[in-house]
Amino acid sequence: MSDQRDSILHIDNVSMTFTLPNGTSIEALKDVSLELKAGELLSVLGPSGCGKSTLLNIVAGFLAPTGGQVILNSNKVTGPHAERGMVFQQGALFEWMSVRKNIGFGLSMRKVPKNEIREKVDELLEIVGLHEFGDKAIYELSGGMQQRVALARCLANDPDVILMDEPLGALDALTREKMQGLVLKLWKDTGKTIILITHSVEEALLLGERLVVMAPRPGRIHKEYKLPFAEMGVAADLREVKKHKDYAAKREEILSMIWEMEEEIMGRKE
Amino acid sequence: MLVLIIYIAIFVAAYFIYALAYGNKAPKRGFNANKTITFGDESAVTSNRTASVISVITIFTIWGAFTGSSLVPLHVPGPFTGDTSFTYTATNAENQQDDAVVYVRVGLVGEEIEDPVAPEMANPGFAIDDVATIRAWRSGLIKVRKNDMGSDIEGYVVSAIDGQPIVPNQTVSVADGQIRMTGKGTLSFEPNQGWQMEAIWLPAPEAIVKRLIEISRDGYQNVTLSENIGWSLFRVVTGFLLGSLVGIPLGYAMGLNDWFRGWFDPIVEFMRPIPPLALIPLVIIWFGIWEQGKISLLFLAALWIMTISARAGVSGVSISKVHAAYSLGASKLQVLLHVIVPNSLPEIFTGARVAMGVCWGTVVAAELVAAEKGAGKMIIAASKFQQTDIVIMGIILIGVIGFSIDILMRYAERKLVPWKGKSD
Repeated sequence: MSDQRDSILHIDNVSMTFTLPNGTSIEALKDVSLELKAGELLSVLGPSGCGKSTLLNIVAGFLAPTGGQVILNSNKVTGPHAERGMVFQQGALFEWMSVRKNIGFGLSMRKVPKNEIREKVDELLEIVGLHEFGDKAIYELSGGMQQRVALARCLANDPDVILMDEPLGALDALTREKMQGLVLKLWKDTGKTIILITHSVEEALLLGERLVVMAPRPGRIHKEYKLPFAEMGVAADLREVKKHKDYAAKREEILSMIWEMEEEIMGRKE
Repeated sequence: MLVLIIYIAIFVAAYFIYALAYGNKAPKRGFNANKTITFGDESAVTSNRTASVISVITIFTIWGAFTGSSLVPLHVPGPFTGDTSFTYTATNAENQQDDAVVYVRVGLVGEEIEDPVAPEMANPGFAIDDVATIRAWRSGLIKVRKNDMGSDIEGYVVSAIDGQPIVPNQTVSVADGQIRMTGKGTLSFEPNQGWQMEAIWLPAPEAIVKRLIEISRDGYQNVTLSENIGWSLFRVVTGFLLGSLVGIPLGYAMGLNDWFRGWFDPIVEFMRPIPPLALIPLVIIWFGIWEQGKISLLFLAALWIMTISARAGVSGVSISKVHAAYSLGASKLQVLLHVIVPNSLPEIFTGARVAMGVCWGTVVAAELVAAEKGAGKMIIAASKFQQTDIVIMGIILIGVIGFSIDILMRYAERKLVPWKGKSD
């Protein structure tokens, strides 16, 4: 299967070394290179401490890498920008604003006319299934609804790349499954380029056209997979996908790989 | 001591009566309180309304009972008033003895008291009957020898009271009081004081209400009540607003900039633990005792609290909110205005509540030291004239106003930062 899409995001030999106050340094990332094509859905998986969140923060522009660079649409990333939207695990919504204001935040920061914002927000409320909740306060919504708002807020800005940092990590299992379906649907409908970080193997398999498994100390790319499940998930029920024998096999393969890594870390510590 | 014992007795008795009446089925408010049966579950402890009501009634009843209030049916025994008498035995230089009666009339302070009239003596000896007036809660010297014949001759002594022998510096009890003989042999009569408090220590509740009505109508020392309280409130609000005006931006600057934090940290951390009252002497030296001085003091009282709460508000903003705003295209100024400021409002409100409380306390204290008008000035002036009713009335008013300020701030908080305590 040859991919005709153009590459838009280049992560080019990115390294990140943190120096602690006591002089020791930690290599959070070492020579990580990745390329994303327009409209691609990439999931990143790895044990804790493998630098996956650091990588995402570098792409978002919150951190400056100590080596290498990130290039989006042939421009070097130097700081945060609306072209790279971000969805956080939780707690990143603005409680002092209504749902509607939260979703329209990016647009109003760019001084888009009010009626245009309203139209866009109405459309997005419909898409994420919150049309009745536009005027509610954030703290009146459940955790799943709050993440729907976070997705809508990010989409309202029409970013080139959406970075998701364990967006469903804080949700209960049932809500999480529903939201996984929503993420796939949004990806298909909007054609956005998405990087999704997760610590759930199932989620990484279901929500990635491509899966990157990272290894810790130093943080680096361990293995890459091309996956069919996201496409299958768009067409069919996610629960059907999970019954697929390829899915079960991949799941086992990746899980045992991660367990091996964890054991290796434990061994090194002792 | 007696009051404390009575109070504890009422507390215990009310508890047992309540427990007897309701048993385990005592109504509790709220779902949490009703579902648990575990002792030690703090969430199940609610404030018992019955206890609160009884508590307040008890305080007023005890207050009334010990001040002879007309609002309370039950009183502890009051001081003796009215007519009483005792007999003394005098021994003259020739060792003869004779009895005479002292008629005493006891009246309240401030009452007109006429001397009692002594009945005609049947067979007068050398000791002659006496009359005296004494105020309740006081004692009075009664010079019984003055009208006795031969009392100026060496050897005359008063040797007994109501048949009980007495020598100088000794005290004997009589029907309605006690008699002490001074070192020089003069009698001092102290009528029974009873258990009630004299109005100069603690006036009855209705006396305070009466005084409140009187003062709010006529004012006190040519200053109306609303003027006194208005001035205090004006100082508090002005000082608080000035303190916030400087403190909040300073707190933001300290929360957002290394240089500001480094520069002001030592100052703020040093000034913060100094009680504003300790600054009064210096403020008086620098700014004088009038408005400028008091408002400077309140400004300083509010300043550090507001600075610290604004700084805490900035530190409390979660990094993901700031990151989210940046990745949605907000500029630095927009992040400050739309994320950091609203996110810090709950902290600032908490600080404002504390600051208003401190300012209210400080203004009263500052007015006690020096002021022309103000709630504190009113009570300190009244205390100089021992007008205890005005002092207590003032204290109650100060408490009520302080409480109202807090209620008002809490109401504003609910209206303006409804998300407080509701985010994760």
